[in-house]
Amino acid sequence: MAFLFKKIRSYQKKKVNRSWYGTVMIFAVLGLFGSFMALPLVYTINNAFKPLDEIFLFPPRFFVRNPTINNFIDLFNLMANSWVPFSRYIFNTLFITIVGTAGHIVFAAAAAYPLAKHKFPGRNVIFTIVVLSLMFSPHVTAIPNYMTMSFLGWIDSYWAIIVPSFAYPLGLYLMKQFMEQIPDSLLEAARIDGASEYRIFWQLVMPIVKPAWLTLMILLFQQLWGTDGGYFIYSEELKTMNYAMGQIIQGGIARAGAAAAVALMLMSVPIIIFLFSQASIIQTMSSSGMKE
Amino acid sequence: MAPYFTLFFLFTILPVLISVIISFTYFNMLELPRWVGWHNYARLFLEDDVFLIALKNTVLFAAITGPLSYIACFLFAWLINEFSPKIRALLTLIFFAPSISGNIFFIWLIIFSGDTYGYANGFLMKIGIIYEPIQWLHDPKYVLAIVMLVQLWLSLGTSFLAFIAGLQTIDRTLYEAGAIDGIRNRYQELWYITLPSMKPQLMFGAVIQITMSFAVADVSMALAGFPSVQYAAHTIVTHLIDYGSIRFEMGYASAIATILFLIMMSTNLIVQKLLRKVGS
Repeated sequence: MAFLFKKIRSYQKKKVNRSWYGTVMIFAVLGLFGSFMALPLVYTINNAFKPLDEIFLFPPRFFVRNPTINNFIDLFNLMANSWVPFSRYIFNTLFITIVGTAGHIVFAAAAAYPLAKHKFPGRNVIFTIVVLSLMFSPHVTAIPNYMTMSFLGWIDSYWAIIVPSFAYPLGLYLMKQFMEQIPDSLLEAARIDGASEYRIFWQLVMPIVKPAWLTLMILLFQQLWGTDGGYFIYSEELKTMNYAMGQIIQGGIARAGAAAAVALMLMSVPIIIFLFSQASIIQTMSSSGMKE
Repeated sequence: MAPYFTLFFLFTILPVLISVIISFTYFNMLELPRWVGWHNYARLFLEDDVFLIALKNTVLFAAITGPLSYIACFLFAWLINEFSPKIRALLTLIFFAPSISGNIFFIWLIIFSGDTYGYANGFLMKIGIIYEPIQWLHDPKYVLAIVMLVQLWLSLGTSFLAFIAGLQTIDRTLYEAGAIDGIRNRYQELWYITLPSMKPQLMFGAVIQITMSFAVADVSMALAGFPSVQYAAHTIVTHLIDYGSIRFEMGYASAIATILFLIMMSTNLIVQKLLRKVGS
């Protein structure tokens, strides 16, 4: 408590227009909602290390008493006995995620560069369509997409998931907004030095927009990591880790321990990536605004 | 640039057009589509009671979780912005984590589980408010509210980050100038300086949150089941999934998709108009 008071007081001194009452309220509100946001996550972490008898304790207990890694051992046993080797699911997810994310970054950046830095007729129309398409929900396009995929013969292959993710509009939007901040004089200087547009793009623009890549990376990663193949993938050996995890979770009470371990594993990867790229993401997002 | 837009056209623009066309036909994926005019739309509004329930629930979601999540995104971004960078990064992580941890919302199944092992029941029974476990997810009275709660929990996503970023780019000297010009407290500061300075981010955030609040489906299906008890948590999107991937009435499903699309677009445009007025 004393620590908190000291914190509030030191904070109070620094700024103008700050009342005591307001500062205390901020701590209260953030504390309350922060725990609402964090509780389920903390719970997942705790549950993953609970021995079975603690998972089924009544009344339920929140924190783990005797942590154990049995759940993870259970999980690996389950994995070892699954019909398709578990490593296959991991490979599928990694393949879809890495190819989809990398492809999206290259495609979106290549499209964003002319939109941001070259003047050509129709530029504003194209960008307006991209902004409007931010308002589409994927569900609206699901049925025709299925038909397109079956026409292309991509049903039941990775490409049905990977290729549409290349054209994800939010990524293009953020990339274009970020690229607009690159000063024109820099590009001009490169042109005078005789660099080709191609070279300018790869050697000048791409390194500058690194924060934007990282942002697109986390956005795409989060989408593709969480995919379960949807309507497009039917073969067991092409299904993703998320799908396999879903099956384990549905196994019911007998697998409650393994399910808790699964939950922790699925959750931690995107969070860890975010942890390391947070600063770049915030930097990119500061240019995300829509002009009137 | 060309490759991107080929794909963009193929997977984003073309589907919307196809969807509108199919919505005027009867199409079951096996036979060729047959033109039926406005029949699908007439059937939606005049004959399909479940669609009307879905529509009502979707509007409820959009009207309650939409604005609440938007305000929450801004409020928390604004409060977090008061702290020093290290604490700020930590708080951002805590608030943002639910929205990137994928399908983790299924843990709410355990919290609201209908037996005594559920945390909500366990806690309420321990402190003596209830004596019998409540069937949270199988009682039409609670299920919609619970799905909304979880939806809110998940909603601090892209717009939340955009707001945090927007707040950090505001010129500090504006506040000092404001203090000299007679701004007395946080609230005046918020309305006269902060909000107008980050209008572009506010518009961007609105688009994201509106689109999200109309598209509730996964959470509802995971928590309330599919279909949910008495369709209590049925939304337009779950209705669409029902007709599109279970009954294979593609024409009808496309009509649902088209209506959803029109509702989303018009809400977005109206909200954009309103937001332009902020701070003026």
